[in-house]
Amino acid sequence: MAQAVTIENFSFWFGTTQVLKNVSLAASPRQVTALIGPSGCGKTTLLRCINRMHELQPGTRSQGSITIGEEDISSPAVDPVDLRRRVGMIFQRPSPFPHLSIFENVAVGLRLHGMAHGRAIAERVEMCLRKAALWDEVKDDLDRLGALLSGGQQQRLCIARALAVEPEVFLMDEPCASLDPVGTMRIEELIKELQHEYTVIIVTHNMHQASRISDQTAFVLNGELVETGPTAQLFLAPQDPRTEAYLTWKIG
Amino acid sequence: MKNRRQRKVAGLLFESLCVVSAGLATVALSLILYYIFRRGISTIDFGFLTRLPAPVGVEGGGIGNALIGSGIMVGLGTLIAVPICLAAAIYLDQNPDSKIATLARFASRVLAGVPSMVVGLFVFSQLVLRSGQYSALAGGVALAIVMVPVITLSAEEMLKLVPNSQREASIALGATRQQTVFRLILPGAAGGLVVGIMLAVALAAGQTAPVLLTALTSRFWLETLQQPTASLPVLIYHYATSPFADWQAQAWGAALVLVAIILALNVTAQLFLAITNRRT
Repeated sequence: MAQAVTIENFSFWFGTTQVLKNVSLAASPRQVTALIGPSGCGKTTLLRCINRMHELQPGTRSQGSITIGEEDISSPAVDPVDLRRRVGMIFQRPSPFPHLSIFENVAVGLRLHGMAHGRAIAERVEMCLRKAALWDEVKDDLDRLGALLSGGQQQRLCIARALAVEPEVFLMDEPCASLDPVGTMRIEELIKELQHEYTVIIVTHNMHQASRISDQTAFVLNGELVETGPTAQLFLAPQDPRTEAYLTWKIG
Repeated sequence: MKNRRQRKVAGLLFESLCVVSAGLATVALSLILYYIFRRGISTIDFGFLTRLPAPVGVEGGGIGNALIGSGIMVGLGTLIAVPICLAAAIYLDQNPDSKIATLARFASRVLAGVPSMVVGLFVFSQLVLRSGQYSALAGGVALAIVMVPVITLSAEEMLKLVPNSQREASIALGATRQQTVFRLILPGAAGGLVVGIMLAVALAAGQTAPVLLTALTSRFWLETLQQPTASLPVLIYHYATSPFADWQAQAWGAALVLVAIILALNVTAQLFLAITNRRT
């Protein structure tokens, strides 16, 4: 079930450095929200706050709230381990587990959470590989190591792995940054498919990519959310002069 | 032009120096191996490897009990050391900057540099004197102490090789820290861990002082872990320093066996590493 993600007055600190300043953003279910902005502006941090990956680093602090559906997931009462199952994340570098086969890479989440047993695992693995548009390419090689696939295939394998544990939200941190144009196109097509069932939030440095795949775009600069709007509108008629400057390569 | 010629000469000189030094290291090992092989090979047959030692002047003495004794004590040492080392390495990997980790790393480096004679003396005073008994058990403990720092430090390096991107992927999938360690990091580093353990086993197999001071030696088969136990290095030490020609010949034979075992462990470890590296 796709759930809306609502970020309200959210601030975040690494030690004494404030990385996010009072950010508010709503991502609707079955829509793709793109986060754009120069390197180091805080967009990846914002993404990692949604599944609380930032907590892995010591000395962090946050204020404000992030809700998924009705639940405030920034509350200490929420178990981050449980939260991360509900929020799938795809990283910049494809990261299949190198010691596991293609099959096991997808099954690993099911086994971790005891979500399926026996034949049900095989069925679910096939379904997820199909959804990730990888099944036809790997169906005869399920026992090969996942790390032997091409970069683009590895990234789709990671998407299948994330799909297996039935997330409500998909976070993608520059998922095409290390892929060639064909691999990139495949992932973009896949994102459009995923959109029908999930809430997708994607960080990208590629403006064309943002305009191709997203419904809504948010521009982040120095930890502030400068402007949010329907993608076409933000690109064609930005309201804030800083957004316009970034889009015309004047900053960043 | 002159400048260029000077540079060429200097470069050539340095390169030759490097080649010669590398050659010297190889030559030294080859000479030792060749010498041991030449002196030892004639002594070795099936009976030598399987029989008990014989008194001076009696034909057909063997090193069977020393082989078994060494095997048992190195095995014991490995059994004691490996769980401790893996647990320590996991801690060091998961909490790399904690005070305990810094202290443990420092202690491991110091322990690795402590002369093995001192390790032997320590176990002698703590186990042998207290129990009033030289034993294979005490020998195993002494070898474990020799192995612990070596395996811990190499295991930490191996665990560190599992990239952060994969750890994050595991956490992002909703795995707990324990699940990440046991399902991802340990299996991912398994090849390197095995290699580190094998090299430590090779190191322990050749240790003389720790077993001499804790297990002493014996001319009989091992029956319990609570009795003095023969080992290859101690047997070599005794036979080589004895005045009897037949024992000295047997010392060369035993040395060849020991060196062959150590060499085999090292070569296997290298091959294993090459194979696991090619897979990924």
